[in-house]
Amino acid sequence: MARAVVSLPAQAKRGEIIEIKTMAAHAMETGFRRTQLGELIPRDIIRRFVCAYNGAEIFRVDLHPAVAANPLIAFTTVATESGTIAFQWVGDNGYAVTETTSIRVE
Amino acid sequence: MSVRFGARPCLALAAVACILLDFAAAGAAAEIPLAERRSGYDFMGRETRMMQDDDATNPGMLWVFDGEALWNRKAGSAGRACSDCHGDARASMKGVSARYPAFDAARGRPVNLEQRINACRTERQKAPPLAFESRDLLALTAYVARQSRGLPIDIAIDERTRPFLDAGRETFYRRQGQLNLACTLCHNDNWGAKLAGNPIPQAHPTGYPLYRLEWQGLGSLQRRLRNCFVGIRAEPYAYGAPEFVDLELYLMWRARGMKIETPAVRP
Repeated sequence: MARAVVSLPAQAKRGEIIEIKTMAAHAMETGFRRTQLGELIPRDIIRRFVCAYNGAEIFRVDLHPAVAANPLIAFTTVATESGTIAFQWVGDNGYAVTETTSIRVE
Repeated sequence: MSVRFGARPCLALAAVACILLDFAAAGAAAEIPLAERRSGYDFMGRETRMMQDDDATNPGMLWVFDGEALWNRKAGSAGRACSDCHGDARASMKGVSARYPAFDAARGRPVNLEQRINACRTERQKAPPLAFESRDLLALTAYVARQSRGLPIDIAIDERTRPFLDAGRETFYRRQGQLNLACTLCHNDNWGAKLAGNPIPQAHPTGYPLYRLEWQGLGSLQRRLRNCFVGIRAEPYAYGAPEFVDLELYLMWRARGMKIETPAVRP
């Protein structure tokens, strides 16, 4: 099942600014809503998103209950060297998703 | 004095006649000319349009990818996947959603894409049907419909489907609900105006199943129709009800020639 989708250029020139777009499939249940019977729906959200470029953390987000479902996170970085870019989403109820892509820098 | 008294009822009668004539004319001529039809896409803000246009930011693609996995997964006691019969959906499903709802000879009436997928599941895969609005059915429908993106809606009306088209049109023009409103009053007569701050679109179902930001998820055309029914305080039909499929058929016919956008994004 597609739990996260990551998009970035497969190759870039050294020093070029590249845009990275990520989407994670998640309901982002706030914890403030109630069922029709009045019972509180427990919170179930992604808490943290981390992006690492060749092992070094380059971008991090803390997410909160007000963030919409299926959070779309887009950011930019400088293409410094070829290698891997790893993405990790961590959340409530043991939610953990990782994606890894490679980039070629010339 | 007597002249004035005599003239008043005449004026009133003339006014009533005018109003009646207006309504008669509105019923027949209110349809939007083909060249003036606009997708809901044109009523959206720039950011929402960009979100739809880029597969990397279109959240509907999460369902499409799920649908692709389901397409290739074996299901049911027949142990067959969709791909075992239909092969690569990119080729075999191209243009299919542009033709739905389509006439089903076995049932003797039009069925929509969700019902067609479920018929395949129960009859060919020997699997239980998927519930309407379930994630799996939406994902499969979105994946199949995605293969028609950019193709014009092509609803063929013949003697078999015409009665159902007429029934759908009748629903579209019929006043109903506690607010006593018909679909046509907003979507033919007042499109482009504002309702609670939001533009009223022309109700062309070009992008279903679509991701609605308000829903925070993907939904079918029937889910959207239920919203409108509740909005005019009419009791919505059940999912898959023949009345809803007839209305879907009419709406798709009304949008004939317009391009499929699935999975669309709407506010």
